[in-house]
Amino acid sequence: MAQVVPAEHELRRVIGDGESIPDREVEGLGEADLLELHRSLVLLRTYDERSLVYHRQGRIGTYAIFWNHEAMQAGAVHALDDEDWIFPSYRESAIGLLRGMPASTVLSWWRGHPAGWWNPADYNVASICVPIATHVPHAAGLAWGKKLRGESACALVFFGDGATSEGSFHEGANFAAVTDAPLVLLCNNNQWAISTPLEAQTRAETLADKAVGYGMPGVRVDGADVLAVYEATREAVARARTGEGPTFVEAVTYRAAPHATADDPRAYIDLERVEEERKRECVGRYEAYLERLGVLEPEHAEAVRSEARELMRRGIAQAEAEPPPDSELLFAHAFVDPPASFGSDLDELRRILGDG
Amino acid sequence: MPELSYREAVRDALATAMRRDDEVFVMGEDIAEMGGSMGVTQGMLDEFGPERVRNTPISEMALVGAGIGAAMQGMRPVVEVMYEDFLTLACEQIVNQAAKHRYMSGGQVKVPLTVRTQGGAGWSPGAQHAQQLEAWFVHVPGLKVVFASTPADVRGLLYTSIYDDNPVVFFEHRTLYGIKEEVPDELEPIELGKARVHREGEDVTVVATGRLVHEALRAAEEAEGEGVSVEVVDPRTLQPLDEETLVASVKKTNRCVVAHEAVTRMGFGAEVAAVLQHQAFDWLDAPIERVGARFTPLPFAPVMEEWVVPHAADVLEAIRRTVGRNGH
Repeated sequence: MAQVVPAEHELRRVIGDGESIPDREVEGLGEADLLELHRSLVLLRTYDERSLVYHRQGRIGTYAIFWNHEAMQAGAVHALDDEDWIFPSYRESAIGLLRGMPASTVLSWWRGHPAGWWNPADYNVASICVPIATHVPHAAGLAWGKKLRGESACALVFFGDGATSEGSFHEGANFAAVTDAPLVLLCNNNQWAISTPLEAQTRAETLADKAVGYGMPGVRVDGADVLAVYEATREAVARARTGEGPTFVEAVTYRAAPHATADDPRAYIDLERVEEERKRECVGRYEAYLERLGVLEPEHAEAVRSEARELMRRGIAQAEAEPPPDSELLFAHAFVDPPASFGSDLDELRRILGDG
Repeated sequence: MPELSYREAVRDALATAMRRDDEVFVMGEDIAEMGGSMGVTQGMLDEFGPERVRNTPISEMALVGAGIGAAMQGMRPVVEVMYEDFLTLACEQIVNQAAKHRYMSGGQVKVPLTVRTQGGAGWSPGAQHAQQLEAWFVHVPGLKVVFASTPADVRGLLYTSIYDDNPVVFFEHRTLYGIKEEVPDELEPIELGKARVHREGEDVTVVATGRLVHEALRAAEEAEGEGVSVEVVDPRTLQPLDEETLVASVKKTNRCVVAHEAVTRMGFGAEVAAVLQHQAFDWLDAPIERVGARFTPLPFAPVMEEWVVPHAADVLEAIRRTVGRNGH
């Protein structure tokens, strides 16, 4: 029987505050790795900020903002190998960028254009399930399958604090535990589920404590500390690969932006706390860390930002240049082999549209 | 008579019942400070407090299950499920529990629970946030199913649903929250199982639900210009169905179109057509036409969504088919 291991309550940190809290270094991470992480953070930040602008310009639809979540996304993904699978929630919609997915693909997804349908197997990035926590069992199943096939790949699933209240989370986590599935459960605890604060979501002292009930380790990291997330995820991945089963990583941050473009959080959120959080946002913290370490030159940082902005400019131009979708696409993928009788639906539509 | 929006009318029905009765309370995700994702419960927290306007964790199954527990104790909970697509997460509690407790206890347990939810296309929410799933629930013995299409109806029907001793799944349509209608000064409950004839006509009956009631009324206007007189009937309660009113209407007009936003195939319209052909077979002068969404998931792209769900033009075309004037 597995022994009960209490979850770690202390928030792990690597990045100090430049004053009383000292910086640490993560073993095995060289200068190139540190700069690669920086590039990922800037890419995600630029993506998020530009997407908000594109939404306001009417160029993409309702958009789930992930500002200040870049550290947990980049930190977690960098701890994976390319063969490992990522199961994003809508908050990690642009995670594919870190696997080489073109920005135009992600932007097309938010534009509701078929060009936004990426093939999960091309990037090992699963399709996004918008209903909360419904993808946790998928990740558990995929990870278990990798193990049964004797493959070394593992899976990482992102979900929010609110997701831990869903049945799918519980069933997926427990399933992963009993099958020793090589899975990392990465909980983005930004302390808000739309308008519902964490204290109305759970009476557990920490979300990592939930791991105890499933018989898996639970660790807590500062979710705005990209290196702390990287380090904790790397350990979880190592456990997964050696057959020790899943790990629950609680990445703690604070949602310093609306839930999505359709939300106005002023009715419920603590605006002072938001301001405070915006001052210690994750990209700036990491840049300050790299500067203290003497790794990041201002010219390099500017070049990275400029590269990311250019990528977005090209991405949105390419997404907007996509031709309008063909009406046949409405039906083409609802079934593998659409029943012949359903052809009448397409015929009727084409007649109405005057193109058939 | 005051004019209320559909959204205000829902809120008024909830507040009226809650002022009258301590047994009535509302429970759901983001319904307190935020006032619900559709703004329906805005301001209710201030009037009724957090015990009666309860924000819950994101747990649809627990939300409906806890509502059943409260209802079994004599409360009259109104549970809000944010999107009707999320009813799927609570299906065990709705289908196997709420619908069955009275039957399995020999009538000794009652579950006066109302599950309010909303859905529908027209604002591009995509495949998992825009479905119309009412046909799933009319198929379950033990449940009543309501789908209100106007402010006056939603107000009177919701109030009645709260006081109905059966579990009621109450559908609202996302795109109707802003529409306005004059309503009685004092809330007048509307009996479940009674259709509303929106417009009388002689040539064709259109049986429509939800958003399609308004599309049918637009189509009827246009048909009028073509010399076709259309009667528009909204059953309002889908289960139990007001067969009498529908049959009487079709016996008068001899033709029928059934229109809903949910997919046509295997849908609620098929049941209506079956009832009508059985009870009014000898009165029918044309096959009953069905109008609904094409059989495919709803796309996120606004233009493609428009292609999937029906509009007034689709209803009008079906009307023309029944009177043999479409030329196809």
